[in-house]
Amino acid sequence: MLANYGYIDGSGQYYITIDTDKCIACQGHFCVEACPERMFTIETDDYDDNVAVIQDAFRHQIKYKCAPCKPVSSHPELPCIKACTAGAIEHSW
Amino acid sequence: MAQEFWRWKEYNWRDESINPKLVKILSAGVDIGSVSSQAVILADGQLYAYSNMRTGSDSPDSARKAMSWALESTELALEDLHYIVGTGYGRVNVPFAHRAITEIACHARGANFMYGPTVRTILDMGGQDCKAIQCDEKGKVTNFLMNDKCAAGTGRGMEVFADLLAVPIEDIGDLSFQIEAEPNPVSSTCVVFAKSEAAGLLRSGWPKNLVLAAYCSAMAHRIISLLERLGVQPEFAITGGIAKNSGVVKRLEKELNLTSMKSQYDTQIAGAIGAALFAKALYEKSGK
Ligand code: SF4
Ligand code: SF4
Repeated sequence: MLANYGYIDGSGQYYITIDTDKCIACQGHFCVEACPERMFTIETDDYDDNVAVIQDAFRHQIKYKCAPCKPVSSHPELPCIKACTAGAIEHSW
Repeated sequence: MAQEFWRWKEYNWRDESINPKLVKILSAGVDIGSVSSQAVILADGQLYAYSNMRTGSDSPDSARKAMSWALESTELALEDLHYIVGTGYGRVNVPFAHRAITEIACHARGANFMYGPTVRTILDMGGQDCKAIQCDEKGKVTNFLMNDKCAAGTGRGMEVFADLLAVPIEDIGDLSFQIEAEPNPVSSTCVVFAKSEAAGLLRSGWPKNLVLAAYCSAMAHRIISLLERLGVQPEFAITGGIAKNSGVVKRLEKELNLTSMKSQYDTQIAGAIGAALFAKALYEKSGK
């Protein structure tokens, strides 16, 4: 499942997409530790699979929480994307 | 008492042809949304009874009321139900539920029941959020996103407009087409600003119907940006209260250049139906 967490507002679309099918086989859950803002957590979803989700409290703040990781248009690879070797994470902006 | 234009019809229903004494599994779903609450009872997977009412200030109390209203016309008591799933914004506050499941998964499963296994894209226009969901032929979610940052483009936003314009909420859709030419949508994306923008249009002489058209059109536009991000497949269905507002639905269909699927069921009960289907499956899995 592609789970999109975030929002659309007047300034743009801010979504982090997690391909949870890839999380099912993931052993390390490295996204959790890699994110300096601790945005990710592992939860059992509605289909009883353990998958990464963006924590509820952060879903309306994604643009601001991620800002330090992407200060300018060209920036090093994001820590969450680098840590997820399965390639399950994408950002929309 | 002043007329409450936002107030929509609350009701309960039962299929009198079903004899619950002959049923093996009675499962139920309770959907506690921010604006409305529904309780659905399935008899061996068939729709048997339900209620649809406004959510009160207290989620557990709303859950109890919705459930007892659904049970009221039946010969059943809460203890007769084998498994109950809570869903919606207040899903963790359904005191008698065996499990909570997100509204995303429940709407997909409910839409699969209501529109059939061909449905692939579901738009749920709820009280305070809007969700776009893609699912497979079993009603399992394959992709979803939601926008719940602001009440504009939601049922609550529409209620605010019904009161502002003193138009019963059920009439908004039809009245919004009684215009000579389609206006530009109201530009504000926030319901508070949209409300003051609409008040300004009324003061400057716009007829009510034209303001309604501009607001319905703005809602349709907001929703389209959500759907475009997800991708819309032609097997497209709309659930939730706004699905009953032709002013939004027809404008949305025109922009998307497709017709949404129709169902014999009330679009507001999709989440609770899905929850009751999950309840049935979970009861079967438990092997009781
Ligand atoms: S590291 Fe990637 S695959 Fe593993 S749990 Fe996190 S998002 Fe999922
Ligand atoms: S960009 Fe940075 S803050 Fe945002 S999710 Fe990734 S690691 Fe966390």
